[in-house]
Amino acid sequence: MELTVGPNQFFWSAETWSAFYEGLADAPVDRVVLGELVCSKRLPFYQDRIPEALTALAKAGKEAVLTSLALVTLKRERKLTAELAEIGVTVEINDMTALAHLPKGVGFHVGPLVNVYNEGTLAWLASLGARRICLPPELPLASVESLARAGTGLGVAIEVWGHGRMPLAISGRCYHARLHKRTKDNCQFACEEDPDGLEVRTLEGRPFMAMNGVQTLSDSYACADYQVEALAAAGVSALRLSPQSHGFARLYQLYRERLDGTLPAGAIADEVRRTSPETRLSDGFLVGPSGVSWSAVPALP
Amino acid sequence: MVMEIVCPAGTPAALRAAVRAGAHTVYCGFNDETNARNFPGLNFDRSEMREGVDFAHAHGARVLVAINTFPRAGDQSIWHRAIDDAKLSGADAVILADAGLLDYAARTHPGLRLHLSVQAAAANADIINFYAGTFGVKRVVLPRVLSVPEIAAINAETDVETEVFVFGGLCVMAEGRCSLSSYATGLSPNMNGVCSPASHVKYHDNNGELDAKLGGFTIHRAAKDEPAPYPTLCKGCFSAGGQTGHLFEDPVSLNAEQLIPQLQKAGVRALKIEGRQRSKSYVAQVVRNFRAAVDALEAGRPLPEGMLARLSEGQAMTTGAYKKTWR
Amino acid sequence: MPQPQVPHCPAALARILRVAPLVPLSLALTAFCRHIGKRHPGLFRRLGEHSRVRFVLNPVDLPIMLCLAPNGGAPTVRALRGNCEGEARISGPFAALLGLVHGAYDGDALFFSRDLVIEGDTGAVLALRNAVDDAELDLSQEIAALSGPFSSIILQTAAFAERRTGVSMARPEEDLAW
Repeated sequence: MELTVGPNQFFWSAETWSAFYEGLADAPVDRVVLGELVCSKRLPFYQDRIPEALTALAKAGKEAVLTSLALVTLKRERKLTAELAEIGVTVEINDMTALAHLPKGVGFHVGPLVNVYNEGTLAWLASLGARRICLPPELPLASVESLARAGTGLGVAIEVWGHGRMPLAISGRCYHARLHKRTKDNCQFACEEDPDGLEVRTLEGRPFMAMNGVQTLSDSYACADYQVEALAAAGVSALRLSPQSHGFARLYQLYRERLDGTLPAGAIADEVRRTSPETRLSDGFLVGPSGVSWSAVPALP
Repeated sequence: MVMEIVCPAGTPAALRAAVRAGAHTVYCGFNDETNARNFPGLNFDRSEMREGVDFAHAHGARVLVAINTFPRAGDQSIWHRAIDDAKLSGADAVILADAGLLDYAARTHPGLRLHLSVQAAAANADIINFYAGTFGVKRVVLPRVLSVPEIAAINAETDVETEVFVFGGLCVMAEGRCSLSSYATGLSPNMNGVCSPASHVKYHDNNGELDAKLGGFTIHRAAKDEPAPYPTLCKGCFSAGGQTGHLFEDPVSLNAEQLIPQLQKAGVRALKIEGRQRSKSYVAQVVRNFRAAVDALEAGRPLPEGMLARLSEGQAMTTGAYKKTWR
Repeated sequence: MPQPQVPHCPAALARILRVAPLVPLSLALTAFCRHIGKRHPGLFRRLGEHSRVRFVLNPVDLPIMLCLAPNGGAPTVRALRGNCEGEARISGPFAALLGLVHGAYDGDALFFSRDLVIEGDTGAVLALRNAVDDAELDLSQEIAALSGPFSSIILQTAAFAERRTGVSMARPEEDLAW
């Protein structure tokens, strides 16, 4: 199985951003998706650094892919989306709007924020030129199996959310701004203070979600560690690792070794919990009663 | 042209009540996971749907069938059958969200009128025109993330009819793109047609203080004599950054009654009322109110005063994203 | 306000129920409930997977509780003065419970305002509420239908009681519901 680094979901400073992507040049990953996914207001801070990062990653032998925004409403956002296709790298659509702008016959990738729940949608996207689909994190293993089968027949590679806080919702409203009693138009980039999202707790004090501007993420970090064999058997071709501000270099090493068979099931989870005890893990969307739950056992023995 | 009032009907009795109260159009769903209000005791079996359509047509009203969840891989035939049966029942249109289903409907039933569900979250003219060009979609239900000027801008760039929500429950998140519910309970709007499902709700009375738990997470606490809104995740009470409160949205419901003239100017064709899970008496009253409002508008009379406050969740109202400061 | 305030149940009814024999009352209510089930087969069908849940109906202004067991379409009702067992419990003024049956009130609105309190299996309560809402019940008409030659007297008495107390005894006329 391959490793894909998904687009960074958070607002990092331009320097941090550049350093992160420079570091990926030597990483044992096959593909890097970058660009702004969550909020178009963040883009001007690092937009000029994107071409350089794309070039460096391509030179290092990685497939470099550009993401679309997750929610396109404003005129400026529509223009950005239309321009994506002109840059000359593969586009990962994360809002159907991008489909309206891609030239016919140009292959594209589909990100986890596009609703691909079934074979019908998969086949329709394939007919438009989809070559790779990262499935929505919400899907259970049975759906992953059906879709990977359908993908094989249509020449579409199927990717699954492997590790990181999961995107649960996107809104027109900015929650970081709301928390700081500001409007979205005058947000003063409150989300920049939380490089992995801001923890949201329930009334009994249990960590539950993470706030990231207009996006809401899971508190727990999805972790496919125990399900690697089941996903491979299903025909999944790649795992997606979602950027986080600390320990990412160690994380992709672990996953590479796990996929190569040199680490046993549970080794990644054990290390994450040893080095970062405050990190909660989940794989419930794939194999549990609810997304937040954690199996700690492989679905395939 | 008078603006079209599109009303919810969770049961055949509610459909009849809505039609009698003056609904131009009623929307409803089959009693399974194909529709986004797959709640216990609700919705229509096949013969009820046929009878409902007949009743509505006999009274000059239209029926739209919502098949607006996302089919489960391996089980698409359940959703395909729902579309086939909606057509057989004589429904005036189906409301769909999933691209694969739109593709199926357009290929299999070329004459069937297609509406794009709010669950498809089509939030700009480019994607709306794309759906129209690809599948022949005739109407789009706009997501509740847009302001009135943005709606006007969309209508200026598309021939597709637009329908907007004016009353009832309010999604804070882009609809059809939210898995908060399945994260906490395993059941989601997209896959199961339920959000924050009643099966996972537990109330606990602490000497008059009422705790509401969803999937084991306490997300609301009402002091004695405070209203007790249903524990919907995005309207729950949470803490973050040293603050505790309704961080995503207050337990309010949408009421855009007073914005109807502006929505008409913005080119909106139809006004949608949320609430297939509400009772027939609720539906009848809301319908009557909105019908009176659009009739008054058409006749050039001032709008009647709002009468609907007590029917709403937690008794508080908002105009939601229609006013830009909401964001 | 369009949603009328829920009226109080007359104290006389509470006084009678404090001493009334409950076994005959339970038998009568069971027979009544089965009669309704026969006339409205959709009512129990709509309960679906919840048709074996035991519902406790707790009119807080009366000294009794009702335990309704749908039994998949062969319902029984027991009236009890103590507590009764059940998976789902609905508490509220008797008038609110009756008004809900008649579609005079909206269940969600009564719940938001805390006129009604739900405990236990919330999904089952929702199913019952929706099933009853669809059945378009009119308890006065149902009693009258059972009462043969006395039916017109029953209906007149019910209408008189409703006018005097405000408690919903029958399904409101469509346009007068509000």
